Amino acid sequence: MGLSGADVKNPAGAPIPPGKAQDAALKLITDELGDRNFVMAKLDNLFNWARTGSLWPMSFGLACCGVEFMHVIAARYDLDRLGMIPRASPRQSDVLIVAGTLTNKMAPAFRKVYDQMPEPRYVISMGSCANSGGYYHYSYSVVRGCDRIVPIDVYVPGCPPTAEALLYGIMQLQRKIRRTGTIAR
Amino acid sequence: MDQQALKELAAHLDATLGDYLQSSNIALGELTLEIRIEALERIIKFLRDDSACRFEMLIDICGVDYPEREPRFDVVYNLLSVSNNLRIRLKVGVEEEGAVPSVTALHSTAGWFEREVWDLFGIYFTDHPDLRRILTDYGFEGHPLRKDFPLTGYVEVRYDDDQKRVVQEPVSLTQEFRSFDFMSPWEGAEYILPGDDKTGETSGEGEGS
Repeated sequence: MGLSGADVKNPAGAPIPPGKAQDAALKLITDELGDRNFVMAKLDNLFNWARTGSLWPMSFGLACCGVEFMHVIAARYDLDRLGMIPRASPRQSDVLIVAGTLTNKMAPAFRKVYDQMPEPRYVISMGSCANSGGYYHYSYSVVRGCDRIVPIDVYVPGCPPTAEALLYGIMQLQRKIRRTGTIAR
Repeated sequence: MDQQALKELAAHLDATLGDYLQSSNIALGELTLEIRIEALERIIKFLRDDSACRFEMLIDICGVDYPEREPRFDVVYNLLSVSNNLRIRLKVGVEEEGAVPSVTALHSTAGWFEREVWDLFGIYFTDHPDLRRILTDYGFEGHPLRKDFPLTGYVEVRYDDDQKRVVQEPVSLTQEFRSFDFMSPWEGAEYILPGDDKTGETSGEGEGS
């Protein structure tokens, strides 16, 4: 018999923190693999693990938030350790991070990028401008929040948000994906 | 920048172009010429080709709107002479219905600058090879840097799920724009703050509130 979900994970599907419990769970799986060369798990857990572990973001820096986005990608915060590799094509990306001011002129192009992303797709709105227009809320040329154009999963506040804040937002998105836990979105 | 060189340049220009200049003025170490619109091309060509000037680089063209003045607009040309390490500014006044001759034939960089001025101020440039909007949205109406253009503009965009495209709609704000007064009363604000109008009545040491 394979492992039941309850043996390895708590019911919410959250990861087990390092410690005795985690070591025990890992040993269980390793032994299982050694015995039978396969391991059984719930399919949606596997899906969530795959989705949260390789969220490829679309490089969509529109303004100064793009610089903080670059900081998250670069060596200090190192998005790569979350399995996140920025992509230059929407067709290869899973998450669209709107990093900066979305202008009226950009809005149709932005929607097109979103439409070209394959499901399941997620959107993180980064910074005041993307959340609500922010500093440019009353401007004649700026969209008052990119949720007027696409649905948003996570809003990261800040002007610009620090790299830590964006990283936290990404972790919140992972959490949301784990919680939602459906195969079809 | 060298003050002496600027003075010499101003004197040289006065001697050679005197008839075309309305005024020539050195302020804050910068030379500004006010010129008439008819002489614009001629002066820019002279400034580019004359051996004492050699302003071969057009740094920027910008517009200024003075709504209550006649003529209403100024178009400002900033030129740089790399050879002589000098800068110069030309100002030309333009009527609201007027037009400025394009200098794209003299400086090819002028193309986009003039498009920008046309886009934001609606100042027309004659003989421009491709005068269309450069910064604002496709199909944008109005010229946003004119003083009579409303801050929030006329349209806003939204994705319409029925039409499956981004649509433009008239602006509707949930909250009107508010102009905050950030002037500190400790730094020379010369008006009575709300509540302070009663301080005189209490005949005291400002024990208000």
